[in-house]
Amino acid sequence: MNILGKRYLFFAISLLVIVPGLLVLAIGGLPLALDFTGGSLLEVSFPGAAQQPQPAEIIALYNDLGVKDTQVQTTDVGSLVIRSTFLDDATREQVLAALQERFGTKPTVVRFDSVGPTIGAQVTSRAALAVSVAALVVVLYITITFRGIAHSFRYGVCAILAMIHDVAVVFSIAGLGALFLGWEMDSLFLTALLTVIGFSVQDKIVVFDRIRENSNILRRLDFETLVNHSVVQTLQRSINTQLMTVEFLLLALALFGGVTLQEFSVLMLVGLFSGTYSSIFIAASVLVAWEKQEWKTWFGRNKAESAA
Amino acid sequence: MIRNLTTRLVIILAIAALAIWIDSSDKFIIRNPIDQTVLYQRDVSPRLGLDLRGGLQVLMEADLPEDANITAESMEVARTIIENRTNALGVAENTIQVAGDRRIVGEFPGIQDTDSVLATIRQTGLLEFVDTGDVSLPEGTEVLTDFSATGEPVPAPEAGEGGALPSVYHTVMTGADLKTVTVVPAQLAGSYQIAFTLSDNGAKVFGEHTAANVGKYLTIVLDKKVISSPRIESAITQGEGVITGNYTSESANAFAVQLRYGSLPIPLKIVETRIIGATLGEDSLQKSMLAGLVGMSIVILFMGLYYRLPGIVADVAILFYAAVAFALFKWIPVTLTLPGIAGFLLSTGSALDANILIFERIKEELRSGRTLEQAIDLGWVRARSSIFDSNIATVITSLILFWFGSSFGATIVKGFSLTLMLGVAISLFTAIFVTRSLLVFALKTFKPKNLEFWFGI
Repeated sequence: MNILGKRYLFFAISLLVIVPGLLVLAIGGLPLALDFTGGSLLEVSFPGAAQQPQPAEIIALYNDLGVKDTQVQTTDVGSLVIRSTFLDDATREQVLAALQERFGTKPTVVRFDSVGPTIGAQVTSRAALAVSVAALVVVLYITITFRGIAHSFRYGVCAILAMIHDVAVVFSIAGLGALFLGWEMDSLFLTALLTVIGFSVQDKIVVFDRIRENSNILRRLDFETLVNHSVVQTLQRSINTQLMTVEFLLLALALFGGVTLQEFSVLMLVGLFSGTYSSIFIAASVLVAWEKQEWKTWFGRNKAESAA
Repeated sequence: MIRNLTTRLVIILAIAALAIWIDSSDKFIIRNPIDQTVLYQRDVSPRLGLDLRGGLQVLMEADLPEDANITAESMEVARTIIENRTNALGVAENTIQVAGDRRIVGEFPGIQDTDSVLATIRQTGLLEFVDTGDVSLPEGTEVLTDFSATGEPVPAPEAGEGGALPSVYHTVMTGADLKTVTVVPAQLAGSYQIAFTLSDNGAKVFGEHTAANVGKYLTIVLDKKVISSPRIESAITQGEGVITGNYTSESANAFAVQLRYGSLPIPLKIVETRIIGATLGEDSLQKSMLAGLVGMSIVILFMGLYYRLPGIVADVAILFYAAVAFALFKWIPVTLTLPGIAGFLLSTGSALDANILIFERIKEELRSGRTLEQAIDLGWVRARSSIFDSNIATVITSLILFWFGSSFGATIVKGFSLTLMLGVAISLFTAIFVTRSLLVFALKTFKPKNLEFWFGI
């Protein structure tokens, strides 16, 4: 089975998945939830109310209290989701009192999130920092663990390249989700992203480990055949671990997990699949492309040939 | 294939029994079998996070400029004070933690009345100036005063030890009448004093009292505890005065801060509030439990069908893994949140992956003509490096994320990385030790003849 021979086809497939979503994000901006931007979200229901309040009435009520940028959505379960700028504690109490006075029933708070603007920005930058530090440490760790074979540094870099691929896939899916389903990037998005990163690196190491083992046994094979052989050997494990077990767990979560978890589990489902896909089609393929220094022939193929 | 199989099985059984015991009870108690006295006990009731049972989370930040120097001690003092205040509300299971240099996270799972908790956190301590006559009270003494914030009469004190009624002191003025408090150098070089100004009302009350009580003590009391007991040296009638004493720059500043902000050594503002209704939390919990059960059943079925005998052994090992992990979460205790469950899920994936790696290896070795014994030994030896290296990378990542989560009050990241880290550690033990011992035990017991069938080659 020659998997790596078709590597440029798989690079193209990856781009096909990544580019549209990232384009959506580039044009529309990141659909960041208030966890990262700051602001507040109040979800209330009015049990026993004869008539649900209209969004326009609520926006007017918020305006009277001096709160800006109010948006109201109704949910399937009949509650109202009100987003606005950061509400401090006193304003929240005023809002609830005003709602009760205006609509005659005491509103039940289903959920209330309020994040100060500076906090959101700091969470974003710190999370990016933590992920970058983790990535660097992983490159170092892989370089050290694989020091026995030639160019061990490449393995670390390839693992991180593939990880960036997986992160891009998750962002792309989130972008498409934002466009078509109104998804937002919230703290659960961050969790999904972290999970995908963790799984991705773990998966790369399993494949690399096989290359390491084979490069000691099968010294006479050329590098591409060696890597391809290793990928094929670990393929059954990749499919079983990935599709049969983890994806089943996530599929169950996506189907039964309720609204809060659906977006999260779909992102994980795609992200973890990408994690396995990229072990083979990105990490191992780039490793081969690097060994053969293929970029030299990407643009100046004719020159290279004439020189030879 | 392995030596000391019996010892291994005993260890596994003991751990499993202990784990199931902890899983199925809310309190872990060891009694002396002879006289039934309690030798050791620990609360092992499951802790569910806010997103699974509803509740309140508050992130507070020091309300000081970015470059202000905030000591770890003062954050710790602020934390303790908030903890004491909210504990007084009878809120069970709340956790108040310092996160990083300038933040404090408070979590109140299961709480319905979020308003009173928020009000309690926001309030500053009650600062009173009380007339203690000729007595100077030592710092920290608890006193009774005749001031009540609601304006209702203070109930008469009950008789203390020895039948003597504790004295109720008269409150001359409260902290509400303090306008400014500053630290200024005193006449003696290197020593400091505290200067204060009063509101108009405060100046009047204070002027009358000090004029009539020169030489007596005016004790400063915070939340009914004495913080200082200075003597009135002269009448303070202009609404401005100083408190002198043996103050260094630090102690004067600390005292001034207490006067300014009530009990908290650092002013705090609430920068993030999250309230999750009980129904939403319960809904998430039930649905993720259902999803977990369905997912696990499918996985267990798949492992058994695909890997046959080793698969069934792995299923037992995975159940063992789940029981031990859950027991450990209850023991530590780890508060389970949705991200925490995600971390656990990922580590379950790792546990399965380790088993699958080994079994695929055993199959390979069997196909290349090795005997069953050799294949099993080689399976573990050869799969070990990939299992270790990949899991160590995961542990490194989760350590970094844990550090990030705890230094920043990002509790979701913290919960995720903690369960992931613990899960990976247990999964390593399960794959390397438990699955292997159980597989060898199963082979010795059943002595399967048809290897093609039992190993699904």
